[in-house]
Amino acid sequence: MCLGVPAKVMKIEEQTALVDVMGSRMHVGIIFVPEVKEGDYVLLHAGQAMTVVDEKYARESIEEWRNVLNGKYGNLL
Amino acid sequence: MESMETFSDPALARQSLEAVIELAGQFKKEHGRIPVLMEVCGSHTMAFARSGIKTRLKEHVRLIAGPGCPVCVTDQKSIDAMIQLAQGPNRILCTFGDMMRVPGSRVSLMQAKTDGKDIRVVYSPLDSVKIAEENPEKEVIFLGIGFETTIPILTLAIREAERRELKNYSIWMTTKLVEPVMRALLDSGEVTLDGFILPGHVSVVLGKKSFEFLAEDYRTSGVITGFEPVQLLSGIYKMLRLLLENKPEVLNDYKYVVKDEGNLPAQELLKQYLQLHDEDWRGMSTIPHSGLVLKDEYAQFDAKKKFKISVGEPRKTKCRCGEIIRGLVTPEECVLFNKGCTPAHPIGPCMVSTEGTCAAHYQYMRGE
Repeated sequence: MCLGVPAKVMKIEEQTALVDVMGSRMHVGIIFVPEVKEGDYVLLHAGQAMTVVDEKYARESIEEWRNVLNGKYGNLL
Repeated sequence: MESMETFSDPALARQSLEAVIELAGQFKKEHGRIPVLMEVCGSHTMAFARSGIKTRLKEHVRLIAGPGCPVCVTDQKSIDAMIQLAQGPNRILCTFGDMMRVPGSRVSLMQAKTDGKDIRVVYSPLDSVKIAEENPEKEVIFLGIGFETTIPILTLAIREAERRELKNYSIWMTTKLVEPVMRALLDSGEVTLDGFILPGHVSVVLGKKSFEFLAEDYRTSGVITGFEPVQLLSGIYKMLRLLLENKPEVLNDYKYVVKDEGNLPAQELLKQYLQLHDEDWRGMSTIPHSGLVLKDEYAQFDAKKKFKISVGEPRKTKCRCGEIIRGLVTPEECVLFNKGCTPAHPIGPCMVSTEGTCAAHYQYMRGE
């Protein structure tokens, strides 16, 4: 019932957007993500985009985690 | 999206697992027992089981599934009332798929549909608004079950019905809020917990700030966590670090999706249409202010006010779903598990839902 895979925003049309979910295209609501732009990734729930994925944070988060693991689980917090 | 695929990279997941096991070992050395964490999201329960993390960590970290599956936490009387609702004349009942096979005291929605009732599974509550518009001669009712991730979408459906001036549309609101049930669990003291793996999706709407009460009021930590294997392990790792440092804190380990303040447009919509309500939870009786219902000015869209439904006391079974969602017993401790109760013939909702603890155990951890 909860959010699933990220969808790529292909085209914005007023309160909806055409998105690509692993090759399938569908229209979803974008009222909860007023900041969304074409090319962004969003997470969907019950036909609505609920959040825009921040790719910069995603990359940083992976980087930070790799550092923790490679630094012999050094100071993280 | 490359960075997101990395979160399920097997090599990184294995390395992450080793890091968690090492840290859990330190905890055990200091406390003489393994740490106990609760996940309060049904999707986490499923992800821990499916990824094998729960099994792999069995000797190192005890992961308890909490009240995070919306259908499972709904008390049996409410379930019976929703099924009874389908029996009325001239109506179309719309629902998320999870509800269809949940056993009622007499029948399930699936059986009611087989008997000829017009019950439709929709992907979005907004689809049910469209059905109402296309069927003006019928009453269309949506079964509004869900936590904070789903509730804003229910209000969106109401707003749309209002905009289209529909007189034949309503929602049977049976919503649940995460904070009150977490407080109820902690206040009851029934289960000893070291910390929480916090629900990534609910946090999208509520934000990190809504979980600060854990550290402030209960000196308990929590980590907002994603759903891929590396994210699940990173969340547990950070939780263990907080425990070892004896530092009650709420961390957001899902920052690229969850903002500290949450989703403001969604929160605005909740404030505009809904008010707090005392909700009945399965196995926990009534928890004050633990759900949201439509404000009085939107009563025309409130199915509970529009249709009078009365059901008797639910049929008693040996199902222990009420204890399972409180983390008191595991599915294997229920006499029905994998005997009288299986996904093909479920006795309780925990075996039906894709987020149910019994369904997760049946699918991925049977016989372990």
